[in-house]
Amino acid sequence: MIKKVKSLLTPGKYFLQGNIACAEGALVAGCRFYAGYPITPSSEIMEHMAKRLKEVNGYFIQMEDEIASICSVIGASWSGIKAMTATSGPGFTLMLEGIGYAIMTETPCVIVDVQRQGPATGQATRPAQGDVMQARWGASGDYQIIVLAPWSVEEMYYLTIEAFNFSERFRIPVIVLSDEIIAHLKETLTIKEEVIIYEREKDINKPPFLGNGKIPPMPSFGEGANLLVTGSTHNEWGVRKAFDPNSQEKLSSHLIKKIKNYEEEILRYETYFIEDCEYLIIAFGSVARSALKAIQMLRKENVKVGLFRPIILWPSPIKKIKDLIKDKKIIVCEMNQGQLIEEVKKHKEELFSLFKTRGEAIYPYEIYDFIKSI
Amino acid sequence: MSEKLYKYLREEVFPTPFCPGCGHGILLQTILRAIDELNIDIKKIVFVSGIGCAAWIPSPHFKTDTLHTLHGRPLAFATGIRLTRPDLEIMVISGDGDLGAIGGNHLIHTARRNLKIITICANNSIYGMTGGQLSPTTPKGIITETSPNGNWEEPFDLCALVKSCGAQFVCRYTVFHTKPLKRAIKKAFEIDGFSFIDVISPCVTHYGRRNKMPTLFDFYQFILKNIISYEKAKSLSKEELKNKIIIGEYE
Repeated sequence: MIKKVKSLLTPGKYFLQGNIACAEGALVAGCRFYAGYPITPSSEIMEHMAKRLKEVNGYFIQMEDEIASICSVIGASWSGIKAMTATSGPGFTLMLEGIGYAIMTETPCVIVDVQRQGPATGQATRPAQGDVMQARWGASGDYQIIVLAPWSVEEMYYLTIEAFNFSERFRIPVIVLSDEIIAHLKETLTIKEEVIIYEREKDINKPPFLGNGKIPPMPSFGEGANLLVTGSTHNEWGVRKAFDPNSQEKLSSHLIKKIKNYEEEILRYETYFIEDCEYLIIAFGSVARSALKAIQMLRKENVKVGLFRPIILWPSPIKKIKDLIKDKKIIVCEMNQGQLIEEVKKHKEELFSLFKTRGEAIYPYEIYDFIKSI
Repeated sequence: MSEKLYKYLREEVFPTPFCPGCGHGILLQTILRAIDELNIDIKKIVFVSGIGCAAWIPSPHFKTDTLHTLHGRPLAFATGIRLTRPDLEIMVISGDGDLGAIGGNHLIHTARRNLKIITICANNSIYGMTGGQLSPTTPKGIITETSPNGNWEEPFDLCALVKSCGAQFVCRYTVFHTKPLKRAIKKAFEIDGFSFIDVISPCVTHYGRRNKMPTLFDFYQFILKNIISYEKAKSLSKEELKNKIIIGEYE
């Protein structure tokens, strides 16, 4: 159910940090529960929520670890409250157990992963994009998931709202995959007067699970629905079917179809200067900002470069440009050793890659030099 | 089971999955008797459980909202419900491995927060569902699939642990003490804080068979011989309390 709500902040221009914008976006989307565990570079989201949730009669708790955080978020979601948590790579790894459970039980919730250098503890205060595949494939089993990648403070605000809308609409955990640069960046954003939010459908008389790709209604605890929620294989009423091959097949196909069937609606991307381009850069998050700057420098020298920026990483919008990339030189830039590029390889074999895992931004001049060297 | 308790059950899911001689059926019935006597609307209770035999007591048997969660995590899930739904009662039912091993961190922190969550630990001192492996409450010397020469580790006294963390009401009974157990469950509903009831429940299939207690009656005799009240236990040394089962309310 779609509805318009008024912004919590007075509409207008603000100068905010990415993490703060993310927390404010969550609040206007209707998030009223936050459980988390401090981790750099995401902690400002948690700190801001600790202060702000009290002002809007929400609930906040600092849990004993990331596993407990995601689990209490799922508990709150079944209580009928929009809920979220935020973390970084190592914490996200711990949360994958709960994310798998949320996928299996079709529980809406939002997880923000502010990426830092890894593996393991890595460089806590340094940016990276190493969780592209972890976010897609980290939990056990087969599933589809939605992952959004903001590139500005404004998108930290609006994509967090979008993340809540997707999670409530499709009843899945949605991941906002940010990075240290965007999270700690301060810049201007415009807060609109109204935003569109999605409220979950409720019906205690209809099955609360499955639906062959259609999204079932989701009642909450204490409403008389006699909910049977389980992470085991189950039928449409939640009755455990741990030994039945047909139930397992039906369930896994539903979990995939419910996103695949709506892919056209979900996919989001942006293009710059692609009409005449000979070179096309594919980049997301903070790297796309550097890419755009490099493109502006190159265009001045009449080098025809364009940019394709996935706003949603998963499901991947790369298939949308599979014809476009055929006769162009494609450069994939990411702050990892090659993750998004795997998706591009499905459509074109010869690719150029600019990867960097030094815990530094990929600077515009690096992209500029790289393209000049091709 | 008494017919008046049928209204609390999803009859379509019976017979129960529990093995012959398992104590979990007695615990299931005792919980429902306590709820019935208190005249609480079961629809206002959310049952949360983890993974293991004990987790199957509420899910799918109880006809109300049940959340069958991940292994070790039911208390974390319950915390999310507790904070957001003051109108509901929350009862966590899980096993000794779930609450004491993989979920140990959540157990101590939930006890420390002292939120109103009733936790029942169906303690059979073994991993039943996975085929009879060592649990953190398996007594010393006991043979399990993963301690074929006898357990060399010291077991946890989960009640002493939880009490020391700040839980408000902590006690232990066995499934052979249904009356004090029922009283304890009823009392837990009145407690405005974290309550933890450790319930010793025999696992004949995995624990008994390997340790010269092949029938429920053997277990019954073993438990009767080894129980000791909390009051009496206070004056005994660690050596004297070896493999004893302390019952009653912990102070």
